[in-house]
Amino acid sequence: MDLSFNVYEGEVLAILGPNGAGKTTLLKALLGIVPYEGVVEWREGVKVGYVPQRLPFIKDVPLSVKEFFRLMNASERKTAEILNSIGLGEEILERRIGDLSSGQFQRILIGWALASDPNVLLFDEPLAGIDIGGQESVYNFLERLKAEKNLTILFVTHELSIVYRLADRVLCLNKRMLCSGAPKEKLTPEAISNLYASPVKFYQHKHEEGEIS
Amino acid sequence: MSRFLLSLLAGIFIGGAAGFLGSLMLPKRMSLVAGPLGHLALPGIALALIYGFNISLGAFPFVILGIVLIWLFERRTKLPTEALTAVVFATGVAIAFFFLPIEQAEAALVGDISSIQLDDAVFSIALCMLVFFVVEKIYSKMTLINISEDLAKSQKINVEKYNLVYLLLIALIVALGVKVVGGLLTAAIVAIPAVTSRNLAKNLAQYKFLSLSFGITSSAAGIILWHVTSLPAGPLIIVAGAILFVISTIFKK
Repeated sequence: MDLSFNVYEGEVLAILGPNGAGKTTLLKALLGIVPYEGVVEWREGVKVGYVPQRLPFIKDVPLSVKEFFRLMNASERKTAEILNSIGLGEEILERRIGDLSSGQFQRILIGWALASDPNVLLFDEPLAGIDIGGQESVYNFLERLKAEKNLTILFVTHELSIVYRLADRVLCLNKRMLCSGAPKEKLTPEAISNLYASPVKFYQHKHEEGEIS
Repeated sequence: MSRFLLSLLAGIFIGGAAGFLGSLMLPKRMSLVAGPLGHLALPGIALALIYGFNISLGAFPFVILGIVLIWLFERRTKLPTEALTAVVFATGVAIAFFFLPIEQAEAALVGDISSIQLDDAVFSIALCMLVFFVVEKIYSKMTLINISEDLAKSQKINVEKYNLVYLLLIALIVALGVKVVGGLLTAAIVAIPAVTSRNLAKNLAQYKFLSLSFGITSSAAGIILWHVTSLPAGPLIIVAGAILFVISTIFKK
């Protein structure tokens, strides 16, 4: 896959594409954990945090939330501070990771990524496993987090709604780069059906357009 | 020191270290690996029995050879690891039977801790302590690697290095374990304490502690029962461990 793009400080960049488009691989290349050709350049002093989509094996380990944070050497004070910013109470510390709801677990994963004080967050499918009712709280949470922590966020998704809602810019990906720019300008019905290779049945409804900024 | 106390002491250390390391192997779905590795140590055990040297010293190079062979075949053929493991370990067992003295087959297959000498016991205990401290040292990082190699790599952890240390520890514990439970039963001394502990533990700290404790308890119980009944110690250790496991299933929430 050949592509080239920039991300600016404080921006939210969505990487949009169907399943198998190479989105997660792109995130992993940005993290430097899969081999790639070419150059990934970060500004000096940039610290990157990573929020994976799922951790299917974590339930095999009897791990409390507190111990999960300790795995990356977060102090108790740091952990308490993070819990506060991800909107969870201290009583969750003694709970087993395997017993958390998917929404709580996702917040813990985000909190975990925040423990190393990153200024860039790479986020794989923020809506995966979150039911429709919970999606609004994910949006609000990410918006608040971004403002509070002054984060630059790159997230990968196959869902259009979150792109309109959160992203300043979008990168459309399906084995190659198909578009790049502001979501409202670039995500035309043509671009979307082109991206998903077959005509999409639903996309942004016309009557909602007024609400999206 | 009496033969019984010497066996008990060495058995406790080997059982404890095996249970502790086993707690890292369970989440990685590696518990069974110690089985084939124990089997392919059999030619080495046979040689040690024939020439009268330390069984662990005989077993260790064969375990390492087996790991290297599996790794080489895997790279060359891209066949699944477990299939190649089957090829390699069965060959190990087959070869061992060409020259394994039949009167010593029991010691080779299910172990004979009662024959342990003082120097051998000291050597084994020292190695067990080494295994224990190294496992303790890599535990956090290995747990993260067990959860997700990607997540570990994103934390700049050298996953290959840790996996190599981890494999060497498994080879070492198998070489020590064959002395107690023989080439046939090594999977059980790493697997049973960890699964029992997994049934009861609420968090990682309890899980580690209980795995170690159940490893120690089953070894001690097995060796004490051997002293009382004269049945072979190795199988008694496994049965003691299995009974603890069955009890733990009752308490599992």
